[in-house]
Amino acid sequence: MAVEHEPARAGLKRPIRVVVAKAGLDGHDRGAKVVARALRDAGMEVIYTGVHQTPEQVVATALQEDADAIGVSLLSGAHNHLFPRIAALMREKGLGDVLLFGGGIIPEADVPGLTAAGVARIFPPGSSLDEIVTYLRAAVPATRAR
Amino acid sequence: MTLEARLAAARAGDARATARLLTIVENDEPEAAAILRATYPQAGRALVVGVTGPPGGGKSTLVSRLVTAYRTRQARVAVVAVDPSSPFTGGAILGDRIRMRDQFLDEGVFIRSMASRGASGGLARASGRVVGVLDALGHEVVLVETVGVGQEEVEVMRVAGTVCLVTVPGLGDDIQAIKAGVLEIADVLVVNKADKPGADEAARDLQMMLTLARPRAGAWRPPIVRTTATSGEGVAELVEAVAAHAAWSAESGDGLRRRREAARVEVETLLREALLRRLEGRVGRERLGDAVARVAERQIDPFAAVEELLGG
Repeated sequence: MAVEHEPARAGLKRPIRVVVAKAGLDGHDRGAKVVARALRDAGMEVIYTGVHQTPEQVVATALQEDADAIGVSLLSGAHNHLFPRIAALMREKGLGDVLLFGGGIIPEADVPGLTAAGVARIFPPGSSLDEIVTYLRAAVPATRAR
Repeated sequence: MTLEARLAAARAGDARATARLLTIVENDEPEAAAILRATYPQAGRALVVGVTGPPGGGKSTLVSRLVTAYRTRQARVAVVAVDPSSPFTGGAILGDRIRMRDQFLDEGVFIRSMASRGASGGLARASGRVVGVLDALGHEVVLVETVGVGQEEVEVMRVAGTVCLVTVPGLGDDIQAIKAGVLEIADVLVVNKADKPGADEAARDLQMMLTLARPRAGAWRPPIVRTTATSGEGVAELVEAVAAHAAWSAESGDGLRRRREAARVEVETLLREALLRRLEGRVGRERLGDAVARVAERQIDPFAAVEELLGG
């Protein structure tokens, strides 16, 4: 993985903070861990919460950690239920300025529906780690206008 | 949202406002000084418990158990959990929450992960300030979990009123237990994973260390508590040991002495940083950089460089 390294610049600019979570009953966390590692190597601070998180737990974590983005990996097929639920909870808790993105086994046909529900970006199978890093580096500063 | 509004919301228990305040303090953003000014006088009321020890010793699991124990008697509990930053990219994976999932939906519990960001004492530079803000916002108990430490990361003693050192069976012989460093700052010694073979030996080695220490009369003698964090066994005893130390600390004046020492270190550190910034302004980054380069090339020694820069 040829992720470009961004050197640590203490105090100059705060690092991007990302919650990486596995939601629902799906316990296959290899993909989530690979993404977490890539984001770490890109200089981000990744809060990793482990498997079997409920949407409520994911959102509570992002809230307390003041995360810039939430990445959810879903391989179980429950994406059409879990993503909209997480997005709704985020709105309810005032996390409108936090990016929700996801990946896993998500058919292309489902993407427009998820986008409409509030998912900023879905990375389908075959996406590269660079794409995710590049996306966050561009999208987080844009939404950070606080 | 104004700072005053955010502070008021945080005091009323608003997690979003609290989280944002901590971010500002952690990153030393422009409003950080005002937040510290507003909260500093109200801090100092919480029971601040440090949990330190080697990686994989069960600190996070034990912290989660302690949260549950304190929640049965206290209104609000906060956790500050520190994990290391990569020295190469500055990135970090903060994974202490994995063991604390039982607490995620409890509104009386606030958990914040911090990356060490290059600090070498087992905490991040801003950890003490973050703990202070959580204390001032009305958390009765603040648990501070350090990065997995080796032997010399003792910063937690300046942040926590009571430090628990969590060790596990099988880490080494009795000589390890009499070396200087982390073991010396423990107010409570915890042998976790006490269900594993070797727990008796580990407790015995620690006991021997305490015996050899020949404490002064009236000094605190750290109790040794055995726990099995995964089952919760021994956690009630640990809570009692912490309470006993906190009570002794208040009564003996040791707590005050410790707070003064921590304040001295904090003020001196800030002073040093401020002086360095001022000096950088006066001698100029260029001259400083030039001196550093010549030291690296061994044209002058570091002492000579300092003399030269201070000389004008």
